[in-house]
Amino acid sequence: MDVLRNPIGALGGLLHGFLLQILPTWLADVILSLLAVSIVVAIVPLLVMTAVFLERRILAKMQDRIGPNRVGPFGLLQPIADVVKLLAKEDIIPARADRVLFITAPILVVGASLMIWATIPWGAGLAPTDLNVGVLYVIAMGGLPVLGFIMAGWGSYNKYALLGGMRSAAQLMSYEIPAILGALVPVMLAGSMQLSEIVLAQQNSVWFIFFPIIGQLAFALFIVAGLAESNRTPFDLIEAESELVAGFHTEYSGMRFALFFLAEYANMFAISGMATILFLGGWAAPFGLDFLTIPHFIWFLVKMYVMIFVFIWIRATLPRLRYDQLMHFAWKRMLPIALINVAATGIVLGIARGLVR
Amino acid sequence: MFEGAGIEIVENPELADEMTLNMGPQHPSTHGVFRLILQLEGETVVGVRPVMGYLHRSTEKLGEARTYVQAVTLTDRMDYLAPMTNNWAYALAVEKLAGLEVPERAEYIRVIVSELGRIASHQVAIGTFGADAGTWFTPLVYAFREREEILDLFMLCAGVRMNPSYIRFGGVARDLQPEFVEHARRFIDKMPRKIDEYESLLTNNEIFQGRTKGIGLLPPELAKAYSVTGPIARASGIPYDVRRAEPYGIYDRFDWEVPVRFGGDAYDRYMVRIAEMRESVEIVRQVLADLPEGDIRGKMPKIVRPPKGEAYARLEGPKGELGFYLISDGSTSPYRFKVRAPSFINLNVLGELTIGHKVADAVVILGSFDIVMGEVDR
Repeated sequence: MDVLRNPIGALGGLLHGFLLQILPTWLADVILSLLAVSIVVAIVPLLVMTAVFLERRILAKMQDRIGPNRVGPFGLLQPIADVVKLLAKEDIIPARADRVLFITAPILVVGASLMIWATIPWGAGLAPTDLNVGVLYVIAMGGLPVLGFIMAGWGSYNKYALLGGMRSAAQLMSYEIPAILGALVPVMLAGSMQLSEIVLAQQNSVWFIFFPIIGQLAFALFIVAGLAESNRTPFDLIEAESELVAGFHTEYSGMRFALFFLAEYANMFAISGMATILFLGGWAAPFGLDFLTIPHFIWFLVKMYVMIFVFIWIRATLPRLRYDQLMHFAWKRMLPIALINVAATGIVLGIARGLVR
Repeated sequence: MFEGAGIEIVENPELADEMTLNMGPQHPSTHGVFRLILQLEGETVVGVRPVMGYLHRSTEKLGEARTYVQAVTLTDRMDYLAPMTNNWAYALAVEKLAGLEVPERAEYIRVIVSELGRIASHQVAIGTFGADAGTWFTPLVYAFREREEILDLFMLCAGVRMNPSYIRFGGVARDLQPEFVEHARRFIDKMPRKIDEYESLLTNNEIFQGRTKGIGLLPPELAKAYSVTGPIARASGIPYDVRRAEPYGIYDRFDWEVPVRFGGDAYDRYMVRIAEMRESVEIVRQVLADLPEGDIRGKMPKIVRPPKGEAYARLEGPKGELGFYLISDGSTSPYRFKVRAPSFINLNVLGELTIGHKVADAVVILGSFDIVMGEVDR
């Protein structure tokens, strides 16, 4: 049964055992890690492609349109066609651009967004590396893309890009704080920063989103800040189409643009994945459906896609905030609530432990 | 304020904190080929220079080179989102000049199609305004869904969807197709629900209100000083509507309101347009109820050759007061063909409203003006 619930983990275990018999321990570990890395690096773009397809179709349905349905059955091959198109496009670097910054920026952004996945557990023991400071690591990696955005904005020699870069600096920095404070609540409740520990803690009690008030508030803060971190509507000021044409990536085309695109969606998945792990019980089966022998990573994916759907839904509904309203919202509304919430969590935990003691 | 297209942008080294941002003519939200040269301090607009003329097609001069009948097609292409009112304004001017009579049925049909055109135009205005405020095109697509049906109705009466040249002097071009009335009635019956749907997306949305309330405040005095008309003036508390102030056609026979709001901001302009759509629906409903039978074209000479003289006719277009000024020298084409284009005149006040706001607001204010470049540049 456990094999069925965690087939990839079991497969990895078998492989590890086999490698150990023919190779020294360190080499077996290195090979297994490399394998894990390549699987994650391959799977994340695949997820992104599904998300792009889903977003276009769901958005179309919500807007009474049809959406892409020409390439392949139901238009399923549309993302592949898009990627081929982007790969075939001419690679343009503006004449007066800062070439070093212009070329490094997308690599940095995409690298950071892939590195987040190094520690995200897809099932029990199913993380490339299960850091004991996982939350800290994810947040640190989530903060890296802002550098890339600023570099792209500055390096493009374009005023729209510059404005977008400036906005990204302010926005991502501001929303990092509520996101951290939102994520702090599950960390406090679980008493660990290790992502797998947090999931296990939820299996032992309840999902942290069902913690009355504290949990829901923290979840809301984390999601709203996550929307802002991944530049989604209503916080898509960085690439605000109606104002800044395309923001920091105005001058990017072809594959360099595709890298930014990939990073944006990978970030969205990372936010969804983190929300799933921190609040929605990670890979655990919901609503007592545990008797079904469904692999853990399937539950994880389902929960992640539910979050993605919510993101798409929000995108179809809301207008965009203005720059000053955005800052106002982060610093004057979200931050105090987040601080109070963290304090309340501390008090609740203190009382509970006092009672237990 | 307008110095032509050949503006040189001079970066002043003393103003190192300021940045000149050239918005347009190619830009997602300049509604065509409008160009705004913004002087920015951070994100705050400290100077605005609108540049027009990228879509200049010399309609007025062309009108002088065409006969009266040929010039009808030119009017379609000015405000291409509401061609019916353009046709009508021109027809009114020629009728005044040549003293032509319009039969009863044609008057009714004119009101129907131009009010439908007003709804269609406001739908585009609201939809693109939503997109300017940053929605991901949902209101736009919703609005275009029903606009499509209006265009289909135009096809039933004029034979084409865009540029119908339907309202001619002395009447209308063709009679309505038999199924038109039924289709129009069905459309009118469901339209109020659809307007509720547009409103459900935007009107009470907190972000939308935050983006539009208090943005681009136009006090009534300023509106009068710049002779702003249409929904923009009515949103600033000026209850001026040509349909009421100087009724043309048969507007005095129907029961309808002139929506007025007093805030003068982008939100009120949006709300006035919503209310006008509802009023237009009511007008069309009343007109359809007592549409008479009869001729659709009055007695017309074979060749229209108005006597020497001049005539100015105006009506309430979706964008504001639309006027045609014609001078006849007794020949088959006008000696002077002048258009008072509401979009163009309304746009003159844009600079005053935008200064002091953020870049994002500049886009919202422009969106709330609902300009059509075909009319601005002519």
